[in-house]
Amino acid sequence: MTLDAKIPSGPIEKKWDTHRFNMKLVNPANKRKYTLVVVGTGLAGASAAASLADLGYNVIALSYHESPRRAHSIAAQGGINAPKNYPNDGDSVYRLFYDTVKGGDYRAREANVYRLAQVSSNIIDQCVAQGVPFAREYGGLLDNRSFGGAQVSRTFYARGQTGQQLLLGAYSAMARQMGTGQIKFFPRREMLDLVVVEGQARGVIARNLVTGELEEYVGNAVLLCTGGYGNTFYLSTMAKASNATAAWRAYKRGALFGNPCFTQIHPTCIPRGGEYQSKLTLMSESLRNDGRIWVPKKQGDKRKPGDIPESERDYYLERLYPSFGNLVPRDVASRRAKEMCDKGHGVGVTGQAVYLDFADAINRNGKAWIEEKYGNLFDIYHEITAEDPYKVPMRIYPAVHYTMGGLWVDYNLMSTIPGLFVLGEANFSDHGANRLGASALMQGLADGYFVIPYTIGDYLASTKFKPVSTDASEFKAVKDEVRGRITKMMSANGTKTADEFHKELGNVMWEFVGMGRNKEGLTKALSAIPKIREEFWSNLKLVGAENDLNAELERAGRVADFLELGELMAQDALHREESCGGHFREEHQTEEGEAKRDDEKFAYVAAWEYTGDGKAPKLNKEPLDFEYVKPSQRSYK
Amino acid sequence: MNFRLKIWRQKNASSKGSFKTYTVQDISPDASFLEMLDVLNTDVVKKGEEPVAFDHDCREGICGSCGLVVNGRAHGPKKGVATCELRMRDFAEDETITVEPWRAKPFPILKDLIVDRTAFDRIMSAGGFVSVKTGGTPDANALPVAKANAEEAMDAAACIGCGACVAACKNGSAMLFVSAKVSHLALLPQGAAERKERVLNMVAQMDKEGFGACSNTYACEAECPKKISVTHIARLNREFIRAKVV
Repeated sequence: MTLDAKIPSGPIEKKWDTHRFNMKLVNPANKRKYTLVVVGTGLAGASAAASLADLGYNVIALSYHESPRRAHSIAAQGGINAPKNYPNDGDSVYRLFYDTVKGGDYRAREANVYRLAQVSSNIIDQCVAQGVPFAREYGGLLDNRSFGGAQVSRTFYARGQTGQQLLLGAYSAMARQMGTGQIKFFPRREMLDLVVVEGQARGVIARNLVTGELEEYVGNAVLLCTGGYGNTFYLSTMAKASNATAAWRAYKRGALFGNPCFTQIHPTCIPRGGEYQSKLTLMSESLRNDGRIWVPKKQGDKRKPGDIPESERDYYLERLYPSFGNLVPRDVASRRAKEMCDKGHGVGVTGQAVYLDFADAINRNGKAWIEEKYGNLFDIYHEITAEDPYKVPMRIYPAVHYTMGGLWVDYNLMSTIPGLFVLGEANFSDHGANRLGASALMQGLADGYFVIPYTIGDYLASTKFKPVSTDASEFKAVKDEVRGRITKMMSANGTKTADEFHKELGNVMWEFVGMGRNKEGLTKALSAIPKIREEFWSNLKLVGAENDLNAELERAGRVADFLELGELMAQDALHREESCGGHFREEHQTEEGEAKRDDEKFAYVAAWEYTGDGKAPKLNKEPLDFEYVKPSQRSYK
Repeated sequence: MNFRLKIWRQKNASSKGSFKTYTVQDISPDASFLEMLDVLNTDVVKKGEEPVAFDHDCREGICGSCGLVVNGRAHGPKKGVATCELRMRDFAEDETITVEPWRAKPFPILKDLIVDRTAFDRIMSAGGFVSVKTGGTPDANALPVAKANAEEAMDAAACIGCGACVAACKNGSAMLFVSAKVSHLALLPQGAAERKERVLNMVAQMDKEGFGACSNTYACEAECPKKISVTHIARLNREFIRAKVV
């Protein structure tokens, strides 16, 4: 397959404007003739659904939640970037673009990133107009803070609940259109497959999670806004239901999967406890603005943190990276924490944690100041660990948090299946091999509010559609396949629950496809995963009925797909014989332990093509050209 | 730790439910309440029985999915947390813990502990928004907002829509939920243009859904996982009267 990213010609700052002019338009009276199926209603999906309804399209929106407000975008804490330059500290569209390309370790597409930086300021305007209560200064204007990996203050925030407030804004815009009937919202529906008619994505098969019925939804195009696949690792900061099924089904229908091995391990999470643990909780990295990370200099030092004198503490990030200090990008901070723990400097019962200490900030600015900025985060930490972070340093450890990889899309956010658009975390496009802080919210909303409303019009206006109804043979065929998969799972009649299989997969993924990867481990993962998968299909224990609310069945379907995707992630990680961003191959590092890229061989997007069950997927390459930001060794010293 | 659980089981909206008793053993005091239910469900599934159905997702107190009445209290014995944030160390060894769904007419039970809260979406659709289309909005700093107002608006906007206020109220009133949205937007200049319609339409929808009236018991504030203050209900009432008479 030849991959055409459809990047407009011309200088980078003109590409989007030129493209917007060149794209075809759908005349206002014709918009009502089109129906668009939006799957997933987090930030990307809700903003897209609302914006497309505003334009006059008929929108069908599906969510496996009972309400759009429950999507996991709601849990994003820290903030959203925009180069408004309100603080007058030297920010610009170009600088945000530059930081994002560099932060992504030169594995993102320049044109997409530039557009993202361009539209990000509009997002802030949009959200403020919706009534999003961003933090403000005493004069009434908006406050900004600096955030992981940036030397300017360009992050807008609403306490530690920025994702919540942005999602509630997008949800309110959606709710308005649900009221007018322009959006038909179907709650508790999970997409289980994509329906392609004559080469075009024309709808989905979804399971009604209350009745168990399989339902058909038909439209002129399908938008997947279904989030990332971090739960392949079982334990992550994702919500319990977050899954890869929609994306994976699309992959198996012909959409290419881009850079599946690019996962982000977030440095500041609450460390894991026992076997019972069902998820990990993030502590926003905004905490790194005021908290100092350290470990005892002495290995295996079991003293209480307060008993370790200043001279016996190693503030290793400040030592290794004097100019960025505790604010180095996530991949660097995570890797260094792991290294410290591997060397025996880890703290806490498990030795798998480092300290994040606020004592200096509290002494400098007072407890009240810290409370205003981070109060809810301190409360969450206190609830979970029963330790008071105002008095003792937090213990933190990296955890899987975000997936930069995802379905391959062109500049128009269209996958390799015509009519299948992919937005937000579900696509691969903007973050390269590492995402910077406060840019996930930015990308989700950019795609939904300001990119898709334009690019989908061009597709609709330039495409001929044959009338398709849910009676079409293609819908029936896909529905039968979906039913077949469900029946197969229900009839395995084994002894292990879906969760047990998921944990097994998660252990393999974390051990061999996690923070440090090497050839030997990846090879092990590639032999272990198919074995788990095989056992899954023969020894799965399901209870309850197919045609009923059945959480076990829901879970099993998701685990079945993680068991395939996990293998592709390991394959991708094995093939990429370099280190870049969150992908750290231990064989490829500099003398100082930094990621060592191989731009000669690997400056491309690895876009994997499904070729059939049991067959090796085919690797397609989209070469990446860096015309503006010249690749160099990332340095945060 | 060991516990005895009395859990409400109900097949669907039309069937009659009842309590069933279970025991769980060797639970870590650091496990969350929902992780304890996971352990129970694994046992139950292994025995070939149907697991207890409950809503949950983020498990960090922000998505608003989980909502259980634990020992007679919405979200359990601790103040200011959602069910998913409860830890088993908050309970006593060998305690009998009663677990029920939200009970309110506008929240029909779908199965076991899962209720249907889409009534909240319909209230939101009636007016819980500022009518701005995407694009063409003024610069974010064009309209200053006094910090105190922005902070108070944020206090109200922190509502997670879980429905604990309704479950805690003897009248099944949704006034705290509705007031949080009305108050959030009434405190900001962005909400001014639709101030009147918003409060009238949201209250009308609230009544239509069958939520009860407020009789000032403040049970909602006491059980709200985000500690939303009843002063927002006072503002809702002022907004409503203002909309009727001005």
